[in-house]
Amino acid sequence: MEALLKIDHLHIYYGSIQALKGISLEVTPGEIVCVLGANGAGKSTLLRAISGLLPISKGDILFCAKSLKKTEAYRIVIDGISHVPEGRRVFSTLSVEENLNLGAFNRRGNPQLVSERKDRVYNLFPILKQREKQLAGTLSGGEQQMLAIGRGLMSDPRLLLLDEPSLGLAPILVKQIFRIIKEINEQGVAILLVEQNARKALAIAHRGYVLETGNITISGLSKELQNNKKVQEAYLGGAALRRK
Amino acid sequence: MKLIIEQILNGLTIGSFYSLIALGYSMVYGVMKLINFAHGDLFTFGSYLGYTFLVMGTAYVTSTLGVWGGMAAAMLIAAAGTGILGLIVERIAYRPIYPAGRLPAVVSALGASIFIQNAIMVIWGARPQAYTSDVIPNYMLNIAGLRINLLQIIILLLSFLLMGILYYVVQKTTFGAAIRASALDRETAALMGININLIIFFIFALGPALGGVAGVMVGIYYRKISFVMGWNYGLKAFTATILGGIGNIPGAMIGGLILGVLEMLGSTYISTAYKDVFVFLVLILVLIFRPTGLLGEKVAEKV
Repeated sequence: MEALLKIDHLHIYYGSIQALKGISLEVTPGEIVCVLGANGAGKSTLLRAISGLLPISKGDILFCAKSLKKTEAYRIVIDGISHVPEGRRVFSTLSVEENLNLGAFNRRGNPQLVSERKDRVYNLFPILKQREKQLAGTLSGGEQQMLAIGRGLMSDPRLLLLDEPSLGLAPILVKQIFRIIKEINEQGVAILLVEQNARKALAIAHRGYVLETGNITISGLSKELQNNKKVQEAYLGGAALRRK
Repeated sequence: MKLIIEQILNGLTIGSFYSLIALGYSMVYGVMKLINFAHGDLFTFGSYLGYTFLVMGTAYVTSTLGVWGGMAAAMLIAAAGTGILGLIVERIAYRPIYPAGRLPAVVSALGASIFIQNAIMVIWGARPQAYTSDVIPNYMLNIAGLRINLLQIIILLLSFLLMGILYYVVQKTTFGAAIRASALDRETAALMGININLIIFFIFALGPALGGVAGVMVGIYYRKISFVMGWNYGLKAFTATILGGIGNIPGAMIGGLILGVLEMLGSTYISTAYKDVFVFLVLILVLIFRPTGLLGEKVAEKV
């Protein structure tokens, strides 16, 4: 199948520090692809480059075969990529509903469409409906994560970028978030998932990449990664697995 | 009793000037984290634009537009002209300097202020000018023994109308939510598909436009305008912004009105010479006990 997102030998620099050293990866329509890696491996950098928050030094990012190199961040959303940033970054002094409305900012002229999409988000996260008029800053961590994902869905993306959606959440919420990510994917949205929780990520992803200090070192189907010795040792707590 | 009502009314009138100007400071600060020191002089520029239209076009105004039409046209012209100048100032004095950080931008803002003030002096002269009575007649009303100027009532109503519209746009529409979101977190706002340049365009056109309208109102109310008045009004409006909570739009409106009323009551019941002392004393007290201003309190953020 034709790739939805194709990253081609991408180099990203922060000043003189090279964060990504020529990585290539692909996401095809309908897929969940996860990117594993330690802190500072360049996972968030990758997502920030895709959504246009960082300038591309070398290489290219193609979305639907169109280069995003010269596209501004706000345009990339309109093109169909939605980025749910690390740490949720909800607009804390805006209400839950306003946060969602902003997710569909460029469709603000069509209130009916916006309210349909909001209903879809409320179906996925019923708690947000109850909190509709509350300020986003007053929500719990888990609710804020739901709001961040819901807000990301409001632009009706073809590709959803999720940066550490399980960060700082209680295990029961992590489980719920991952179930919903899968549900979103089953509705036809391709997902590029960056996660520290490798076990959970590989459980729902179709394929995965391992990013180490700016390079992709291992890639393959989730099953292959789960059985890969190096991945087990470094990201799945290898010792514990062997004991089983 | 009569005196206090009249003075409160006068206070609300000058307070509404402060509010309209304060909105420009607050909107720009909210989104750009920049204090647009040129804003007071943009207000003066608006006042002079209105003056030029009314005085140069006196014959035209009195024969075709009438008194009210003339005032409305003067306000529209001042709003448009000042809005355009606001955009030009942003483009020339601020935009090239953003990457250098906030402090250089503040210095540039002061430079823009001095430049505009002197340009006004060069164009219109150093002597004060007047909105003459052939285009702005007096309409004194006598309501239940109170002597009230009809123009004052109209100025008040119009200010409240403008503030109401702005309040609605900023607090109740998605575009307004986008402005507030850009003020909170510009990067995430971009991820929502919000074009920050559109927001910057909006605040740098609308803020000065409201200031320009206030400039014409000051001309209509006091009749006398001078090229340095932007400094005093700008300072008071900036104080109002801080009083209400900088970056907070309802705060700027309320801060301006409170400041105006305090100033008027202070000069009536204490001393005209000390009216500014009174105003700034209140500011200091507010800052001691509520450093974020009256409405500037942050919501507790759970992480």
